[in-house]
Amino acid sequence: MTTDPQNTLTKATAIEFKSNTFTVPVLVISSNDLDVINDQIQKKIQIAPDFFKNSPIVLDVQSINKNNLPIDFTKLTNVLREAGLLPIGIRGGNGLQNKIAIDLGIPIHSVHNSPVIEKKNLEDSPPKIKSSHSETALNTQATLISQPVRSGQRIYATGDLIILAQVSAGAEIMAEGNIHVYNTLRGRALAGVQGNLGARIFCSDLQAELISIAGTYQISEDMRGIVRNKPVQIYLQEHTLIIKDTA
Amino acid sequence: MARIIVVTSGKGGVGKTTTSAAIAMGLAKRGHKTAVIDFDVGLRNLDLIMGCERRVVYDFINVINGEASLNQALIRDKHCDQLYILPASQTRDKDALSQEGVGKVLEELSKDFQYVVCDSPAGIERGAHLAMYYADDAFVVTNPEVSSVRDSDRMLGLLASKSRRAERNEEPIKEYLLLSRYSPERVKIGDMLSVNDVQDILSLHLLGVIPESKSVLTASNSGVPVILDEKSDAGQAYADIVARYLGEERPHRFIDEKKGLFGKLFGGK
Repeated sequence: MTTDPQNTLTKATAIEFKSNTFTVPVLVISSNDLDVINDQIQKKIQIAPDFFKNSPIVLDVQSINKNNLPIDFTKLTNVLREAGLLPIGIRGGNGLQNKIAIDLGIPIHSVHNSPVIEKKNLEDSPPKIKSSHSETALNTQATLISQPVRSGQRIYATGDLIILAQVSAGAEIMAEGNIHVYNTLRGRALAGVQGNLGARIFCSDLQAELISIAGTYQISEDMRGIVRNKPVQIYLQEHTLIIKDTA
Repeated sequence: MARIIVVTSGKGGVGKTTTSAAIAMGLAKRGHKTAVIDFDVGLRNLDLIMGCERRVVYDFINVINGEASLNQALIRDKHCDQLYILPASQTRDKDALSQEGVGKVLEELSKDFQYVVCDSPAGIERGAHLAMYYADDAFVVTNPEVSSVRDSDRMLGLLASKSRRAERNEEPIKEYLLLSRYSPERVKIGDMLSVNDVQDILSLHLLGVIPESKSVLTASNSGVPVILDEKSDAGQAYADIVARYLGEERPHRFIDEKKGLFGKLFGGK
């Protein structure tokens, strides 16, 4: 069997997870009277029917929960669906509403401006905010290596990886974040191993056996034209590795 | 306390045993009480190079197993009374070596020797691992050739991570590069890696360059460490290496091509 590298590459990337930001209209509910809600929705839709047709929508129920107005979330969802809207999320819901939402296949979104009821709790327990911060900080922490990375050694960093000494042929360095090698890179360097497409590799002399960012790789045979003894950076652009001087 | 030196390389046939014999003899000749141990269990060679193969009664494994005392197994060298050889067993294999056993023997030797030279077998398995595990200094013997350089690099990685010093988080093993079988003529025509090429890849302190020399084979076959052949280039190279290891400053020789009579007369420089 012959293995076409191009073919294996397409097979390997049959699916891909990417992060994207979308603008989605949020419907803020401030009454628990379903008839009133239905009535007002219909009126809105009539103004711009094309705009609202099959429009995804996120339900914001903070306001009614704040005023302790109970609402049947299942029925509310039905009202919206009959009006031709597609609810794709709920935010500011209480425990019961969130549970029903999940059962209906509607994801729960977090609220950026916390509701008043919860605000007090947050003030009472600042570590809660802190802990979420330190979680992100953990991922961006850098690992520093000052000894040469010899053939056969492997290094894995959860954040960035900074290496001051040389990386020998046959060594393997991996990072979920960026890789910096302030010396000659002769081994394999794999940045963004958990799929971070924005990860980059920097080194002062590129003689690597293999470089990879978020799974897209290049072997040394493809890097023949690269000038040695020159600092370069490697990044991903349109699924292609770009090797560029950092002068 | 003795200083434990491991002579290692990863690759076979680069000159570990020749180097072990020469270095041990060099240290002993300078008055330091030295022991040299053959770790190549099953492929015993050091006794031949040292010319003591007819006097082997007990071996390293016998001592580890408690079948003989260290003093019974140690063979005093016939050229130098400061030098002792602990031969390997030819009938056993590397599994006969145990970490505790090796540790005990080295500890006992440390009591009344100044230097213990461990002649490592090739490879990175048990024998090689135990030879370097207790080391203080490592002499990495490399030939100016790509596969030898890569194997040495691998060995350096193991020295930095799998030794007792590494496990105890102590000061790391001091690593020295010995470039053997060097031929300036072949480097000049691009057949061989140069000293600079090798140093560029390994970035290691160069202790010395041993030139490719007929005297090495002659010395091995006659069972006399090459360092005793003071007229030979290889013998002088090893003498320089021992001197540098002991802290003397000596200029590097044998790196550049030998000049003929005409070169000497008209070469300038």
